[in-house]
Amino acid sequence: MLTLHCPNCGVHADETDLHAEGEAHLKRFGPNSTDDDFHDYMFQRQNPKGVHFERWKHVYGCGKYFLAARCTATLEVFGTYAAQTHEPPQAIKDAITAKRPGWSWGDFS
Amino acid sequence: MKKYSAFAIAREAFRQHTGWERAWAKPEPKKKYDVIIVGAGGHGLATAYYLGKNFGITNVAIIEKGWLGGGNTGRNTTIIRSNYLQDPSAAIYEKARSLYETMSQDLNYNVMFSPRGVIMLAQTQHEIRGYQRTAHANALQGVKTEWISPQRVKELVPIMNIDGPRYPVLGGLYQARGGTARHDAVAWGYARACSAMGMDIIQQCEVTGVRKNGDKVVGVDTTKGPIDCDKLGMVVAGHASVLAQKAGFRLPIESVALQALVSEPIKPCMDVVVMANTVHGYMSQSDKGEMVIGGGTDGYNNYTQRGSFHHIEETVRALVETFPMIARLKMLRQWGGIVDVTGDRSPILSKTPVEGIFVNCGWGTGGFKAIPGSGWAMAELMAKGHSPLTEEFSMFRFREGKFIDESVAAGVAH
Repeated sequence: MLTLHCPNCGVHADETDLHAEGEAHLKRFGPNSTDDDFHDYMFQRQNPKGVHFERWKHVYGCGKYFLAARCTATLEVFGTYAAQTHEPPQAIKDAITAKRPGWSWGDFS
Repeated sequence: MKKYSAFAIAREAFRQHTGWERAWAKPEPKKKYDVIIVGAGGHGLATAYYLGKNFGITNVAIIEKGWLGGGNTGRNTTIIRSNYLQDPSAAIYEKARSLYETMSQDLNYNVMFSPRGVIMLAQTQHEIRGYQRTAHANALQGVKTEWISPQRVKELVPIMNIDGPRYPVLGGLYQARGGTARHDAVAWGYARACSAMGMDIIQQCEVTGVRKNGDKVVGVDTTKGPIDCDKLGMVVAGHASVLAQKAGFRLPIESVALQALVSEPIKPCMDVVVMANTVHGYMSQSDKGEMVIGGGTDGYNNYTQRGSFHHIEETVRALVETFPMIARLKMLRQWGGIVDVTGDRSPILSKTPVEGIFVNCGWGTGGFKAIPGSGWAMAELMAKGHSPLTEEFSMFRFREGKFIDESVAAGVAH
C-alpha cells in the first residue's frame, strides 16, 4: 500500500486516508487569459512515465493539502512537501536527481 | 490463409492436427509502409483491418512493444454494451456492438460473442432518474434498451439480493443485446485477418522516436531500426501521453491503474452481465465458470499495471452485499491494466497538431466494447481525413468546450 508522509500533521498516512488531487505546480490561468493557456491549464497533463509531481489531500486526517514527488513507473516516493510553493524544495530535487539523473518538469529540473 | 471450419477440424483430426498453419506471420519490418499503426491491441488491429477491408490500404505495419493483445485487450472484463447517454457515444458504441454480432463470421474466427444481456442496477433515486433518462435517450438514438423493475431484475438474476439493507435494487437499465466476447480471440482474429491481407504485425518492437519533416510525420525510430511511413496511427491506450510526447504534443489524458479479478470456476449461476455503479462493482460469469469481477480505478497516475489492494476489497465487499452467494468463493487471479482517462471520460479519435499523425486513445476504463467501432471509425478517419463517427471525438474539443460528458451520465468512470 502506498504510504505518504503528511508534512502538515506529521502522520505517515496510508493511501486510504488520502485522496489524490492530480498534477502539482500547475500554472493557473483564469479570466483574461487566452483560450490556449486556459485549455492547457484546465486539461493538458504531463502524465509522464517517471517522475511525477502531484497534489494529495489528507482527507481522513488533518484535511490539508500537500505535494509529493513520486515515480509512476516504479511507485517509488522521493518525498513530500508543503503545498505553499511553486517549486519543490532543493532536498527533494536532490533526492530525485540521485535516482533519476536528467529528470525535468516544466520550468524546473 | 486456410479457412477455419467444421470440415477443417475433421480433416485435421484424421492427420493428427499436423496441417494447421500459423495464424499470423512473423515478418521483419520493411523500409517503408503507407500506414504504420503503433499498438497491436484490439483497437490498433481493428484499425488496420478496416483500413484494408474498407479502403483497400494493405501496405500497413502494426508495431507492438510487447506481444499482440497483451495490454488492456487481454486485461479487461469483456463487457459489451452501447447504452450511453450522449449521441456521439451511442453512435460509435452501437456501431461497435453491431459489428460484434457478425465478427466471428466476418473474421472467420470464433470470438465467442455472447449477447447475454447487460443490466446496470439502479440503487439510488438519482440512478433511477439517470437510467430512465438514458433509456429515453437510447430510444431516440435507435439503441434498444429498456428500464426494468426490481422484480424483473430478480427474474433475470435469481442469485441477486434485491433487498440489500444499504443499497436495495430499485430497477435497472437493461440492454438485451449487450453481453461479452472472448477478449483474446478478438485480437487474434483481427491479427490473423490483417496478416492474411499482407499486413506486417511486428511484435517486440518498441517505438523510440517519431521522425518529422517540419510539421509532417515521415516515419518512426524503433528498436528494430527506422521505418518510414506516410501516415501514423497512435493506438497505445495507457502510453498515449508517452508516445505523443515523442511526437512533440500533449494530450488531455492521465494514466491510472484499473484492476479486475476472477473467482474459482463454479457451476453456471448467472447468465447476464450485472453492473452496479453506486457501489462500483460489476460481475459476469465466464464460459469456464469463473465469476469475472471488475471495480474502480486508483486515483493516482500509475504505469505499473498493478493497483492498490484496497480497491479490490471495496469492490468485492460491495458485490458480496448484492450477491451473498459469492461470499465463500475463492479468488483465483487478479491483475491490473493502465487506462488512459480523459477529462470528460470519452475517447479521443482525432487528427493531431502533426500532419499525418492520428491518435486513438482515451477509452479509459471501457475500451473493449468499442474495439470494432473504434477501428472502423479510425480507419475512415485515417483514409479519408474525416469520419462521421469521429467528428465529435476530436482532441481539440476540450479547447472548444464541446465535451461528450459521459462522466456525468455514468456517475463514475465506465
